[in-house]
Amino acid sequence: MVNLGDIRDRVFSFFEEVGALSRFTSRFFREAFRPPFEWAEFLNQCYYVGNRSLTLVGITGFIIGLVFTMQSRPTLLEFGAVSWMPSMVGLTIVREVGPVVTALICAGRIGSGIGAELGSMRVTEQIDAMEVSGTNPFKYLVVTRVLACIFMLPLLVLIGDALALYGSYLVEHVKGDVSFQLYFNQVFDALTFGDLLPSTIKSFFFGLAIGVVGCYKGYYCSHGTVGVGVAANTAVVVASLLLFILDFMAVVVTDIFYDL
Amino acid sequence: MKAAQTSRKTSSSGPDGRSRVLEIRDLKKQFGENKVLNGFNMDLFQGENLVVMGRSGSGKSVMIKCVVGLMQPDSGSIKILGKELTHLDRPELDTLRTEIGFLFQGSALYDSMTVRENLEFPLRRHADKVGNRDTESLIIEALESVKLAHTLDLMPAELSGGMQRRVALARALILKPKIILYDEPTSGLDPITAKEIIKLMQDIQDEYQTSSLIITHDVDCARVISNRMILLVDGVNYAEGTFAELSTSQDQKVRAFFK
Ligand SMILES: Nc1ncnc2c1ncn2[C@@H]1O[C@H](COP(=O)(O)OP(=O)(O)O)[C@@H](O)[C@H]1O
Ligand SMILES: [Mg+2]
Repeated sequence: MVNLGDIRDRVFSFFEEVGALSRFTSRFFREAFRPPFEWAEFLNQCYYVGNRSLTLVGITGFIIGLVFTMQSRPTLLEFGAVSWMPSMVGLTIVREVGPVVTALICAGRIGSGIGAELGSMRVTEQIDAMEVSGTNPFKYLVVTRVLACIFMLPLLVLIGDALALYGSYLVEHVKGDVSFQLYFNQVFDALTFGDLLPSTIKSFFFGLAIGVVGCYKGYYCSHGTVGVGVAANTAVVVASLLLFILDFMAVVVTDIFYDL
Repeated sequence: MKAAQTSRKTSSSGPDGRSRVLEIRDLKKQFGENKVLNGFNMDLFQGENLVVMGRSGSGKSVMIKCVVGLMQPDSGSIKILGKELTHLDRPELDTLRTEIGFLFQGSALYDSMTVRENLEFPLRRHADKVGNRDTESLIIEALESVKLAHTLDLMPAELSGGMQRRVALARALILKPKIILYDEPTSGLDPITAKEIIKLMQDIQDEYQTSSLIITHDVDCARVISNRMILLVDGVNYAEGTFAELSTSQDQKVRAFFK
């Protein structure tokens, strides 16, 4: 039997969570524009975000490019449209696969990392210690991390895209004897500003979502060490879900602009 | 309740007529239905070591966190060095906090930073307070007062629990506060290390002439360090007096502490 009260409680707590997350996000924007700015820690975090996920994003991108091309090749051959490969792969990667896959990897790698780090700082009173020593922990920990995610994600997406395209080119080169020049000429012919801009804007928002969710889960962590695990875990789940919702919204918005 | 009444008299005059550095009146704090503090009163006088003793979960940490503004009390007044805490804005509160050293229950060292960076952290915003002195010499001085100058470039994880507590103590001291709050300074340490920490607390008291509020449920610690004690029971200052007075009290609830 499904308990109605139980469902109601879940719905309530879902909306409570959404509300709390929105308040946290608006606090982030308020504090981000108020001096002093923690430059050193910001650069530090940019380095961490890049360092922690670069290899993973690179390898995954490369393999996705390879596999994607190998699998779509027979179908395109059948229709005699294999020369469309570079533009097709280029569009798919840049518009959709690159940003989403990179963001998912970062949610798993960075979102959980931030959740666990801030969570353990919360339960061991390190955040309280910052507060009493005159440093605003929200600015020092949250603002820097979220900003680092926002700035680094588009960069990582770019690198992921590039490696995916390179992987795709390798397949085409080996199987269809296409030259590097020809392949990438076709890719860039197919891509327009209208493809690059939305996916870059989208990547900024993905970065924001990953950073905010990770920080929110960690910053309000409770229940000791168990809570730290929960914070890291739910950070990944919530961030991933949010990424798909944002992606859907981005596609709808882009679509409206195309129609104009 | 008799114990509490006799104590009121002593605290209103104050030992040797010394000035109050911290004054808590009728402090109340509850979490949902859980009434933790229920009208707690306390005075801390210049230069004394006051021990507040209470069972685990009796609200000692909640009380001390209200004092540094990490928690907002539901009602009551907290006066630190003559300033009413609830009337302060953020910058004023931060300035006042430089006069208060806080030793956290689990040391709370920043585990992603070296010992040096841990000690630098309070100086980031308040270097002016110690007269623009060279940061490095301040850090060394603070570390030397806890006898750990050689750990400067180690990470907290490379230190033993006792050493971590001492580094945390150095960090609490670095801005030369007038008041030091200790949240269970000996918890989680073996008896010998605990004795070392207590000895250090006494040395620091002699050297810097601070006023200390020590929260503990460790009777040995209380006996050695306290000039005066308050027992926190059921959210109020249940009894007050010297260690000798309280440990020979006839009151049931007081005696339970010294068994
Ligand atoms: N942030 C909080 N939210 C809810 N309850 C709390 C919170 N902090 C402390 N409490 C409750 O207050 C009581 C006293 O806690 P605390 O002051 O930590 O005890 P102790 O005397 O051992 O330091 C406990 O029952 C605890 O559950
Ligand atoms: Mg406690």
